[in-house]
Amino acid sequence: MGNSNDKILTDVTGSEYKYGFVTDIETEIFPKGLNEDVVRQISAKWNEPEFMLEFRLKAYRHWSTLKMPQWAHLVIPEINYQDISYFAAPVQKAGPSSLDEVDPVLLQTFEKLGISVDEQKHLTGVAIDVVMDSVSVKTTFKETLADLGIIFCSMSDAIREQPDLIRKYLGSVVPYSDNFFASLNSAVFSDGSFCYIPKGVRCPMELSTYFRINAADTGQFERTLIIAEDDSYVSYLEGCTAPMRDEHQLHAAVVEIVVMENAEVKYSTVQNWYPGDRQGNGGVYNFVTKRGICKGDNAKISWTQVETGSAITWKYPSCILKGENSVAEFYSVAVTNNHQQADTGTKMIHLGNNSSSTIISKGISAGQSQNSYRGLVKVAKNAGQVRNFTQCDSLLLGDKCGAHTFPYIEVENDSAIIEHEATTSKISEDQIFYCKQRGLDTETAVGLIVNGYAREVLNKLPMEFAVEAQKLLQITLEGSVG
Amino acid sequence: MSNPNMTRDLSADLVKLYRANAHVLADNTGEILNMQRQDALEDFMRLGVPDIKNEDYKYTRIEDYLKGNYDVEFTNDPFKVNLREIFKCDIPELDTHVVLVMNGFYYHDNNLSDLPEGIIVCGLNEASVRYPEIFRQHYGRYARTANDGLIALNTLFAHDGVFVYVPEGQRLDRPLQVINLSFSFRNLRITRRNLIITGDNATCNIILCDHTLSAHSYVTNSLTEVYAGKNARFDFSRMQNENSISSQITHTFIHQEENSVVSSNTISLHGGLIRNNFYSRLNGTGCENNVYGLFLGDDNQHIANYTLINHATPNSTSNQLFKGILDDNATGAFNGKIYVSRNAQKTIAYQKNNNLLLSPTARMNSKPHLEIYADDVKCSHGATIGRLDNEAMFYLRSRGISEKEARQLLMYAFADEIIGKIQVSLLRDRIIDMVDKRLRGELACCSNCDLRFG
Repeated sequence: MGNSNDKILTDVTGSEYKYGFVTDIETEIFPKGLNEDVVRQISAKWNEPEFMLEFRLKAYRHWSTLKMPQWAHLVIPEINYQDISYFAAPVQKAGPSSLDEVDPVLLQTFEKLGISVDEQKHLTGVAIDVVMDSVSVKTTFKETLADLGIIFCSMSDAIREQPDLIRKYLGSVVPYSDNFFASLNSAVFSDGSFCYIPKGVRCPMELSTYFRINAADTGQFERTLIIAEDDSYVSYLEGCTAPMRDEHQLHAAVVEIVVMENAEVKYSTVQNWYPGDRQGNGGVYNFVTKRGICKGDNAKISWTQVETGSAITWKYPSCILKGENSVAEFYSVAVTNNHQQADTGTKMIHLGNNSSSTIISKGISAGQSQNSYRGLVKVAKNAGQVRNFTQCDSLLLGDKCGAHTFPYIEVENDSAIIEHEATTSKISEDQIFYCKQRGLDTETAVGLIVNGYAREVLNKLPMEFAVEAQKLLQITLEGSVG
Repeated sequence: MSNPNMTRDLSADLVKLYRANAHVLADNTGEILNMQRQDALEDFMRLGVPDIKNEDYKYTRIEDYLKGNYDVEFTNDPFKVNLREIFKCDIPELDTHVVLVMNGFYYHDNNLSDLPEGIIVCGLNEASVRYPEIFRQHYGRYARTANDGLIALNTLFAHDGVFVYVPEGQRLDRPLQVINLSFSFRNLRITRRNLIITGDNATCNIILCDHTLSAHSYVTNSLTEVYAGKNARFDFSRMQNENSISSQITHTFIHQEENSVVSSNTISLHGGLIRNNFYSRLNGTGCENNVYGLFLGDDNQHIANYTLINHATPNSTSNQLFKGILDDNATGAFNGKIYVSRNAQKTIAYQKNNNLLLSPTARMNSKPHLEIYADDVKCSHGATIGRLDNEAMFYLRSRGISEKEARQLLMYAFADEIIGKIQVSLLRDRIIDMVDKRLRGELACCSNCDLRFG
């Protein structure tokens, strides 16, 4: 254990944020600003059917009546939404049919990020949809999956090729009027991933989306929709990085998950947007709306997230437990360092009888960061025998950071059993002392303890991700001790 | 849904009411009380009556309870009654100094001849005139009007209440029992304001009882400021027992200096709306602050408890425990916050909220919040909402105890954790009796009290 931790530490020495490079690639960027014309242009760009344009315009009109929400425990500098470009795409011939047609510069970028787009060399068996500046670059293993009836493609393809599914499900979990950022996303999203698992199919490989912001002064607005029909199963991964820039970048994504009877969706995120430098300059503003619905009986949704990046994170992956006996899980590790701010958590809305949910949230704050857990557990009047267990722990490293817990529990049914517990503390001196007298230095000891603390959540991640997440924890906390 | 216009109209009406009676208030109250009204008015006009968009009042529709036609008594001359004849809290075993307050006014005929030397207990308005130095130092210092419309409203209309001063090193020999009575032949809006000062090394124990004496609706906005000096000990028990058409909003501000110990214990037995706000500021190191509450709701009652425990200095400890039992259509809310400021290292803070729901239509909302800016702390909170434990029930039934009795036992056991924290043992016995009766659905009042309410 000690050895692997040492290795991790030496791995990351000197590298603050290794994904911070910029790819010099020809990019098509819309002029800055947002109005109905821009929305029309985005829609036209993708040759979208009429109903999509209407959806976008409705969303835009609604958005223009809204104000930035103020309720989060975040200090958000004013964002000028007219000073952002709402469309940026690497220029390439439409729809690369084989890997040879993908711009080699792009391939290099993703190789540098450690993402293999090349199917042949790919041994891990993960199908990836690669999204740069919210435009899907390449989806791997498309054909293998198609044999099973699984549709895994970019959102823009899906809108053109699967209009019926899109019309039925897009905006059904997160309506265009849901909140400020969801409305903005609904109006201007450029691309994203779409995934459909037919009845009775167990997806044989992990599906993955990799998001990369590259262009400057642009916002990234991608949209993910996952539909799991009866008795199906899929595990979905999401990763993301961005270059180091001095100015802030806006990322407002929407993820919707629909889970039918007896189906299960596992959604894992390792969020590693550029967090800004030590002085708090630059970094990504990450305002994400993620929500899943357990539509059928016995459906299951599991969210696992490791949040290490972004200057500001505003994110509440939620579950609506509509089906009877449906199950929802939320496992989260949120780490903030330097000047990062995170306000993250979950909502569990229990509508179905016998539904149960588990929330495990581990917050770690260091430097001068602020880390908040905000969660809602709601039990509707007609939802009998609901069970919820919530545990949110916060760990403080350093005396200038803050850790906050804002749970909301609303129960309207007497048969519910709801438990919530939370603790906030620092690493005890006893623990450090124990490690040190075994010959570990303080930083290694802290790394060891933090990893143990986050283990409960990391264990829920798929293997490759767990390793990456563990490393990320180390990088994010580097220099925060002593 | 909440109607913001309604809140605005209600606020405007209250401002109008104040303006029309400002001179009466000014003529009948002391200078120090009047000095703060202008700021309070401005704050109230800015803030208004909180609606449910206000995060702190999210689960309590205050305006629904405040609106309506209510009379207000601005002077202490409603009708001459001999309170001692209509109300007797004649508890020979409970040896206390008794003070009566009627409709917010300190009763003229309180007999306090055997108070220890140096200790002052009198009406708030009287104190503002007779002891201006002490009064000025503390009045309005802890209850800031800038953040909550209801606090501003209280300061705006404040005219009387109880003033207690225990000077340095003194000890109040017996508990002081303050009995707040609401009695009129019309619906009434009541403002009460208390100021309790416990000097350095002083000890003071206060029991507060709230009663309604007639079947009219009373809307009470009551505010108590407590100052606990260095090494002071202050113990505060409150019994809320009003009729089901009345509303009571209380604010308790506790300001603690070094090594002081303050405990407050609130038993909410009955009332239409009960909203209790507790604000504690631990301003010196080594403080201990305990806030406990038990609430029992049925019918259409709404009971909400709000706490804000502010750890401003290192090495202090705070405990919060709130337990509720809700039946019928009753709704409850707990809205608690522990705030640990940056330099409050070595803070230990606990917060717990347990709730029992007894009927399918009862509702509970809980919001236990932590806001922590110091790293070397131990803070935790827990909240549960659930039913009576089936296994415990089965165990009791298998021992031949009837279902009704078993339920009673379990509920009582649940409540006992709070009752057990009451320090005055005779009061504790009395409350055990009252809670027991309340849980059986009987009228909850002391056995030898001839008080009956609607």
